[in-house]
Amino acid sequence: MTEIPHPPARPWRAWLRGVTAAEPAKRVQFDAPLLPWLFLLPQLAVVAVFFYWPSVQAVTSSFYLEDPFGFGATFVGMENYTDALGNAQYRSIAGFTVVFTALVTAFSLGLGLLLAVKADAVIRGNAAYKTLLIAVYAIAPPVAGLIGMMFFDQHIGPFVTLAGWFGWDMKVGLNYTDTAFAMILVSVWKQVPYNFIFFLSGLQAVPVSVREAAVIDCRNGWRRFRTVTLPLLAPTAFFLLIINITYALFDTFGIIDVMVKDKPANNPMTLVYKVYLDGFRGNDVGGSSAQSVILMIVVFALTIAQFRFLERRIHYS
Amino acid sequence: MHRTKPLDHLILILGCLFMGLPVVVAFMTSTHTAADIHMNGLSLAPGGHGVETYTEVLTRQGGFTGQVTGARMAMNSLILGLGFAVGKIALSMLAAYALVYFRFRFATAMFWVIFTTLLLPLEVRIMPSYQVMSSLGLLNSYTGLIVPLLASATGTFYFRQFFKSVPDELLEAARIDGAGPFKFFIDILLPLSKTMMAAIFIIMFVYGWNQYLWPMLMTTEERFFTLMRGIKQILQVWIGSQIPDYNEAFALAVLAMLPPVLVVVVFQRWFIKGLTESDK
Repeated sequence: MTEIPHPPARPWRAWLRGVTAAEPAKRVQFDAPLLPWLFLLPQLAVVAVFFYWPSVQAVTSSFYLEDPFGFGATFVGMENYTDALGNAQYRSIAGFTVVFTALVTAFSLGLGLLLAVKADAVIRGNAAYKTLLIAVYAIAPPVAGLIGMMFFDQHIGPFVTLAGWFGWDMKVGLNYTDTAFAMILVSVWKQVPYNFIFFLSGLQAVPVSVREAAVIDCRNGWRRFRTVTLPLLAPTAFFLLIINITYALFDTFGIIDVMVKDKPANNPMTLVYKVYLDGFRGNDVGGSSAQSVILMIVVFALTIAQFRFLERRIHYS
Repeated sequence: MHRTKPLDHLILILGCLFMGLPVVVAFMTSTHTAADIHMNGLSLAPGGHGVETYTEVLTRQGGFTGQVTGARMAMNSLILGLGFAVGKIALSMLAAYALVYFRFRFATAMFWVIFTTLLLPLEVRIMPSYQVMSSLGLLNSYTGLIVPLLASATGTFYFRQFFKSVPDELLEAARIDGAGPFKFFIDILLPLSKTMMAAIFIIMFVYGWNQYLWPMLMTTEERFFTLMRGIKQILQVWIGSQIPDYNEAFALAVLAMLPPVLVVVVFQRWFIKGLTESDK
């Protein structure tokens, strides 16, 4: 949910391409000094008030210690940052966030790719499979979290019963590992359709002539997939990698909130959830803002990584 | 090439079961009574109490103040989804039009100012956003619910890409015919953008309807609660009750997912087009 929650797609790639393009968008343009400002005004106003103002405030209040009862703030320099980064709990949450992000990204990309390749290969039932696989895209993270909770419920959850058959006494909400497992499964479930859509449209963009040539040259399906299909999908996969990382970092908030229910106790959570807990439950404005800024830096780093990759690709092609 | 491939179908069927079964189970279970669910667990067969449960969820005055019903929450979700989609399209079309079709000073700078918003998700600045909203007195209002979400350039970005792909000759021809900026926009660009607008509308509606974190922070008064907010509520009430209202929770989940799922399934073609074109 980035706009964040962003709309569904964070079109970084095209954004970067657009930003780096120096030439005007059109050969012919209107020459009117005031009119464009009139058209831009609503968007600029919203962006200034609801994006720049809070962003600047996040940075400034990260250097202050705010009195929880509203009696002013004291400048504390980098203390909020050193407090956060030096805190063992923060570091363990960061560790979990990394593992969570890696697993959610790997599994949802893998499943999305597998299903897209298969849906591309079959002719009969293609439309039905597609519709079914896409539908879950529209389900909001908290709803996914709620359904997940039911499946992992102590009394009625089929997964708990199933795990019991294998001697696994699953206690989602109480046991750290079990809750983490449930969170990851639900987050993957929610994200597979998105990856499926992009991989499928990437596959269908491969010209028929290329596919036929590949079939003639290479009888072995798995080798053909590795040497022809996968390289052709690489740009889509990289785009999706960034999207999936940002999804796991930010958009899973609803899933985690529903599963943790404001009771962090012994439950795993991600860094974004910690920002929320410290800011709104703990009333620690400075600490929460410092954590926000740390996350902003992570997001910037991700963008730069993608930018570097893009440059290289343009260079070689 | 056209052999039937049983293994491929098997994998696809398993995939569809993995994706689809939870949704079916959620719906089927919502038609049983809470006691029945408590005893027998989730269900794949319909029960006989669907009408009661849904009527109850939609019409009962719930919450702490007794002000909010499921229908009210659904209406708020609809207002948020529609308001967000319409606002997004209006704002971003105008901005993209200015950026693509006009020559003016600081055009590149303005481009940057707007597109930087794509870099930072709302989640990383929730606390300061909340403070800004509260100092503007916008907590518990539809304006506060919708307008701040518009502060991201995705829509502007889509329209900019689309306008750039419109042939330059159209503008040249229009200018020769004496069309000004308004006439060109309304008579030529708007009709050309219909499909694009539909695609963006669908994406944005789903996005707005599914908002969770923002409505949760912005609304403390129950009459502004959306269905997503209601889900948090029902889980909070739950703690400590003897037999939780499983059926009502499921019914609420079904109500919350039905509209966006229907929109995406029915307008699949536009939706996919809108989503994947953004990547180009």
